[in-house]
Amino acid sequence: MIDVQHVTKRYGNTIALDDISFSINKGEIVAFLGPNGAGKTTTMRILTGFMPPTLGTVRIAGFDCLETPWEVKKHIGYLPETPPLYLELTVTEYLTFVGRIKRLSEDQLPERMDTIITQTGLSDVRGRVIGHLSRGYRQRVGLAQALLHNPPVLILDEPTTGLDPNQIIEIRELIKSLAGSHTIILSTHLLAEATAICQRVIIIHRGRIVAVDTPEQLGAKLRKSETLSLTVKQSDPDLLEALHHIPGVIRVSQGATAHTYLLDTQMGRDIREELTQLVVSRNVGLLELKSQPLTLEDAFKVLTQTNTPSGPTINTPGGPH
Amino acid sequence: MTPVHTIVAKELRSAFVSPVVYVIAAIFLAIVGLLAYSAAANASNQAIRLMQIQNTYAQLNLNDMLFRPLFRSINLILMIILPLLTMRLFAEERKLRTFELLLTSPIGVNEIVSGKFMSVIIVYSGLLSLTSLIPVTLSAYATFDWRPIYLGYVALFLQGALLISIGLLASALTENQIIAAFLSFGCILGLWMLGALGGIIGDTTIGHILSYLSFSEHYERLIRGLFNLKDILYYVSGIGFMWFAAHQAVDAYRWK
Repeated sequence: MIDVQHVTKRYGNTIALDDISFSINKGEIVAFLGPNGAGKTTTMRILTGFMPPTLGTVRIAGFDCLETPWEVKKHIGYLPETPPLYLELTVTEYLTFVGRIKRLSEDQLPERMDTIITQTGLSDVRGRVIGHLSRGYRQRVGLAQALLHNPPVLILDEPTTGLDPNQIIEIRELIKSLAGSHTIILSTHLLAEATAICQRVIIIHRGRIVAVDTPEQLGAKLRKSETLSLTVKQSDPDLLEALHHIPGVIRVSQGATAHTYLLDTQMGRDIREELTQLVVSRNVGLLELKSQPLTLEDAFKVLTQTNTPSGPTINTPGGPH
Repeated sequence: MTPVHTIVAKELRSAFVSPVVYVIAAIFLAIVGLLAYSAAANASNQAIRLMQIQNTYAQLNLNDMLFRPLFRSINLILMIILPLLTMRLFAEERKLRTFELLLTSPIGVNEIVSGKFMSVIIVYSGLLSLTSLIPVTLSAYATFDWRPIYLGYVALFLQGALLISIGLLASALTENQIIAAFLSFGCILGLWMLGALGGIIGDTTIGHILSYLSFSEHYERLIRGLFNLKDILYYVSGIGFMWFAAHQAVDAYRWK
């Protein structure tokens, strides 16, 4: 349904996208995961035909984005990062306008509008001016705009940013319910979100595709190790060495301060008890012990490492040793 | 509804929910009304004085005394207010990111540009038609030649359309409305000055070219009641050029 081949995008001298290729099958939900500035929005803008790529080809539903932009535009629904809303119009007026520029016929329009307004939970605010709506509602109006002409391909740029947890769940459920009948590509910088909704995750970093995988496999790759953070009161030159000898510890490194240590441990092996005993016996004053959540940056480190032929680097203690 | 109609309808809706149009219309109509009143009062004073001197019934030419100066003044007011009507057209879409919606919809750039242009033309025509109350009211009390007035309105319409097309282009070049307004002020003032410059240089090729490029000479001829296809052509080609440039500017936005 979506086929991207060797797409490169340059803005002047900066390379936003560097030779990316991927394809997405009909009915799939795929997440585009990456930190801010990774090239997610640029990719999406190229997919929608909003901007042309510097090099490479993009085909949506069999139509080339550059040669037949008209057909491509009919086949996609696009929710940009900032929902494109006319704040002075009411929800109904706005959706009527969108329906018309998306070339819905006048007899289809009222029916589609009713369906979409119910689907996105906008029934209560349909007569209200968009400028007076809360951020969550605005995001839904933006989503309604993308869905209105029932496009086979949906491109959603960070659909859940700025929403409260309940709204996030609602929007995620809505997106999930659209799977199968629609091909959906959404971008996010939240690892959890990508794994929660999507069948496949494309990880993009600095304009390059780092990994393409299912959330399960990705999770397995990422969960090879767990990191604990340990903070003590007094410094002890031998502590680093001692920590390293606890069974199950893969790697020890110095944290942000001299009294903080980061311990990479084997998956499924809880060493917290041994660790506390060791620290207490050395009498350095245990202040804090917590497990570090896996951040996107860590995930990138792990993933880029597993992609290299040598495999993940283990047993390389950092710090003074 | 064609896409152009859709854009026009949306633009009109947006224009009339914001106070800008009402404020501009009120100021425009008040100033034009005041100018017409003072010109009429001045004309009647002169008529009375002439009657006292000549002791006969004096007939003044209202076209000379009232309408031509009025049309000149209206042009000046238009040069100030029309950039304010056009500044939001594209600048706001760029700022609010709604441009992405328009440019990713199956609708042509030409349709977007035409729709926006026509919406302002409609608002402007409405303003213009309200000023027609002045000649209509005066015709009850005085006689004058209607032909220069018809042509004057043709001139006003074309002049307004040209200024609007300049504003359209300026708005397509920036996402800041203030900058858009000042760009069109500058552009309009420049065109105006070209006419003055042409007049100073005088009867040479460059002088003629400069005078031709400025709207002053074309506008002046039309409000004098002289119909010349050359002048109409000037406006039509000027508007066409600005429309095309605005189209290019909108298209170029995607390539950045």
